[in-house]
Formats: sequence, C-alpha cells, structure tokens
Amino acid sequence: MGKTFAEKILAAKAGLDETVPGQIVTVQPDRLLTHDNTSAIAKTFRKIGTDRVANPNMNVIILDHVVPAANETYAQSHKETREFVQQQGIEAFYDVGEGICHQVLPEQGHALPGMLIVGSDSHTPSHGALGAFAAGIGRTEAAAVMATGEIWLRVPESMRIEVTGEMPPQVSAKDLVLHIIGDIGADGADYMSVEFAGPTIESMSIAGRQVLCNMAAEMGAKNGYVAPDETTRQWLAGRTTSTYDEILPDEDADYARVLHYDVSGLMPQIARPHRVDNVVPVTQVTGLPINQALIGTCTNGRLEDLRAAAQILRGKQIAPWVRLLVLPASREILLSAMEEGIIADLVKAGATLLNPGCGPCLGAHEGCMAPGERTISTANRNFKGRMGSREAEIYLGSPATVAASALRGAITDPREL
Amino acid sequence: MKTIIKGRVWKYGDDVNTDVIFPGKYTYSITDRKEMAEHALEDLDPDFVKKVQPGDIIVAGKNWGCGSSREQAVISLKEAGVGAIVARSFARIYFRNCINEGLPIVTCDAVDSVETGDEITIDFGQGKVITPRAEYHFPPLAPSVMEILDAGGLVPHVKQKLGIA
Ligand code: SF4
Repeated sequence: MGKTFAEKILAAKAGLDETVPGQIVTVQPDRLLTHDNTSAIAKTFRKIGTDRVANPNMNVIILDHVVPAANETYAQSHKETREFVQQQGIEAFYDVGEGICHQVLPEQGHALPGMLIVGSDSHTPSHGALGAFAAGIGRTEAAAVMATGEIWLRVPESMRIEVTGEMPPQVSAKDLVLHIIGDIGADGADYMSVEFAGPTIESMSIAGRQVLCNMAAEMGAKNGYVAPDETTRQWLAGRTTSTYDEILPDEDADYARVLHYDVSGLMPQIARPHRVDNVVPVTQVTGLPINQALIGTCTNGRLEDLRAAAQILRGKQIAPWVRLLVLPASREILLSAMEEGIIADLVKAGATLLNPGCGPCLGAHEGCMAPGERTISTANRNFKGRMGSREAEIYLGSPATVAASALRGAITDPREL
Repeated sequence: MKTIIKGRVWKYGDDVNTDVIFPGKYTYSITDRKEMAEHALEDLDPDFVKKVQPGDIIVAGKNWGCGSSREQAVISLKEAGVGAIVARSFARIYFRNCINEGLPIVTCDAVDSVETGDEITIDFGQGKVITPRAEYHFPPLAPSVMEILDAGGLVPHVKQKLGIA
C-alpha cells in the first residue's frame, strides 16, 4: 500500500523508512514562524533557561498582527521582539509594513516544497499551497522549538479532496472552500492532513491554492497540501536560490476519506455568523444591508483578489453608508497593485486603503465594529466578537462578492453585476 | 506522573469549546495561573470552580477543547486541581497543549457509563479506564509523549533534556 503526503514527509524528516497514522515522531522543522506573539514566546524561552536559539536560521519572524502598534502595550511588545531578533542573530525578520506572515513567508522564499514548517499561528497550514507540510502549534511549544530545534508530531490520517470542473465566472477558490467547509463541518477534517487534488486544483494559481490551504484550518485540519507542479516552480523562480525536494503522495495511498466536488455548477458562497461552516449560496442572503466591507487578510489579500474587486468597482462609487477597507497582504502586492492601477481604481471608488498586515481581522484596530453593525469580509473567521462588538455580525465571502456588496451597500451576488 | 489516577468525575458533553472553558475576555487581562483557575469552565458550569477538588477528573464527549489555541483553557483546569481529562476525542491543539502543560489525557468512550460524582480509575500502565459500570481500553501514548507528561510538562522536560537544573 502506498503512502500519503503526510506519511511520506514525516517519515523523511524523522529519518524513518515509513510512518503510519497515529504514530508520534520527533522532527526538526525547517522553519519556525512566529509573529507579534514572539515577545511572549521569548519570555517562555527564557523561562526554560537557554540563552541561544537552537538554530537562528530556522526562525522567521514577521510583525503583522497589530502594525503599526495601536498603543503603548503593542509598541513595547514589538520593541521586545526587535531586541530578541538582535540578540539571537535572526536574519529572517520582517518589520512593520512588510505584510502578513502567511504571505511574506512564501514571498521571501522561506516556504518551499518538501519543507516542514511549524508556526505559532493557526493559519500556518497555508504553506501547504507550495507543497510544504505546515502546521500550527501553541506558544509554549514554539518556545521549546526555539530552545531545542525539535518538536513531536502525530502522523495524521489523510483526507483527499478531488475537484473537477471549470470555475464559473465570478466564482473562485474561496467559494469552493466555503462550500466544502459547509459540507463537512468545522471539525470535518479534525487532526487530518487534507490533500487538494484534481484538474481544477492543477489549473489553479498559487494564490487560489493558498486560499484552500489557509481555510483547511477551519475544517480542523492539521495541514493542507497541494502537490507542487510547474505552477509552483514558476512562482518560486527568483524567490529562492535553494534547491528543494518535491514530495508527492503515492498513487495508491490509503486515505481515511476521499471526497469529490465538481465546481461547474458552483455558486458564490457565504458563511453566515457565527460559524465558518454556516454556509449558504449567496442567493439566500442577498439584500442584507452592510456597514463595512473588508478585502484583505491572509485568506484573500492577494493581487488576483484585488484585481477581481477592481474589475467590479472601476469607474463606480460604493454605497455612501459603507466603509470599504482594502488591505493588500504584503508590500509586494501593494506595489504590484499600484503599478497596475488597481489601488487608484479602488480608492477612487471610495475604498480606504490600509497598510499591509492583518488589520481589522482580529478586532484589535483599524476597523472594529459597533454593536448591531454588519461586515462582509474576505477573511477566514466570523466568530462572535472577532472584529469588535460581540453584538456585531461578520459574513464571509469571496473578493468579488465583497466588492459587489460594497457597491450596492447590501450583500450582493457578483454575477448580477 | 502517577501511573494510576483515581478521582471524582465531572461529566460534560460534546464540542466543549475553549471559550466556555476559559472566556476570551480574560485572555489578556489575567496572566496569573492561580487566578486563571478561578474562571475555569465559568460559562459552562458555574458550580465547577466552587466544588472542584484536587484530583477530580473531567469526562467528556467528542471534540473537547475546540476553537482557539489559547493555553489558558488547559492551565485554568490544571490549576483548579483537575487530575486528568478523559474524552471521546480532543481538538488537535488542545491535545498538544495538555501534554505540554503536563495534564494527563485519555481518549476513550468512558462518558457513556459515568455520572458526575462517580469515582473512576485510570490505569496508564495497563491502558484502562475503570468506571463503576464498565471498563474501557485506550491506546498508550507514545513513549516520547509520556516523557513530557512524566517531566510535568514541556518546559521542565526541555530543561531536563538540555541539562538545565
Ligand atoms: S490575517 Fe487574520 S487570520 Fe490571517 S494571520 Fe492575520 S489575524 Fe490571523
């Protein structure tokens, strides 16, 4: 019997011939990703009693969650992170303004096929889009990885999601993944390694694959994965000088579950408050008035997302009662969008441009909601209270759906425009 | 870690999330571990904190600890005196956080045959949970994971490994 991606890569990293689901292995990650929580992790690291991180080349640190600092507490935390970076001689440090960790890590060539990446952020599975094994961990474990260079991992069962069909106009990766989550539930892939495959995935851009793997976290998955191919190699060209090993699942691998989806008839999808698996086709919620619209985050803040929004908003004006917030996921994306004229199109249409970073996604600054307000967002979570008041509502959708909704001031099916 | 744990049961259902185990509103304001214990399970069972005794065991249904990755959801129970958690299944990061905080956990269906207040025994050596009405077997944790529990959690374990007293 063949082996899945997770079984193969964890065997390779643990120096074993093979692994089986449920087995615990000890591995040395290629990368440890931390963000604004680095200062807290550094405190635990010191509590362990070590002076030096085991391998400064493993660490990638990106300040992105509350940037620039919203108040003195955040400013102090950022300062401690910068000091830690200096003391430990960590080279891969990206300060305020570079972008969201899950975008900057791959852009700067730190996420490659065949790598094992752990991160103190629950959306670390995003990096499976490039063929890496990437999983989220807690803060104490991140401190232990810094101290020892090692971590224990349980070899997960694997789920394969085969997707066929051509995406209809104004339907994108976000709609597909929301549909899958609505189908299998927020714990539908608990503990599992989720492999996305099939012709639809093969013809998808890296940005689209990142959306799928990012949202794998919302199915409870340990990691998401798309097999690296020519699209991956082209995307990585110029971003890294390192060589890498592409690790692919065997064709006769043993999956705990195999699911099939055909996207040819897929409609734009919406996750309603307050669960990501509370999903309906957009047609069931059109007309619901909104106060705020958000295009950005580690899920949908990439160039093709901004392009889709600009296509809808170019030469038009958003509804006067709506705040449209646009946050490119990184400086690189912001620059490309400026060069293409997308930023000008969006700002002329009434958008407020925010700096690359997480922005209002976690409700700490830059666009929190008051009680009774409603936001439609391209983010990945719509939990109660996530963007400010517990009495506010968050609806999740694709960039096209969010842009169309900003235009009309109410949830809108982008296919109607 | 003790290989045999006996304790009184607190029984709960499925999908108990980290928000009801340790409310989000305290995650930044409370940093003292003992103080965290005062809010354990506050939004699920206000009686718990008043009546919990050292060594008590939580027995629950599926997906215990789903939601946020906050470690306070483990620390608050441990500091309140909980000796072990037995559940049909655990959310992934919660499971890891338990091991790393040195709180023993067992995956089995004991919830089917217990009531709050029952006395049960967990035998880690034999991989058995004994309730007044039935016996359940559970697969042993991997030796490398047991080492972390034995050391009392990940921080002391790493200290031992690195030879820091
Ligand atoms: S954009 Fe939102 S979901 Fe993504 S890393 Fe930042 S806070 Fe988390």
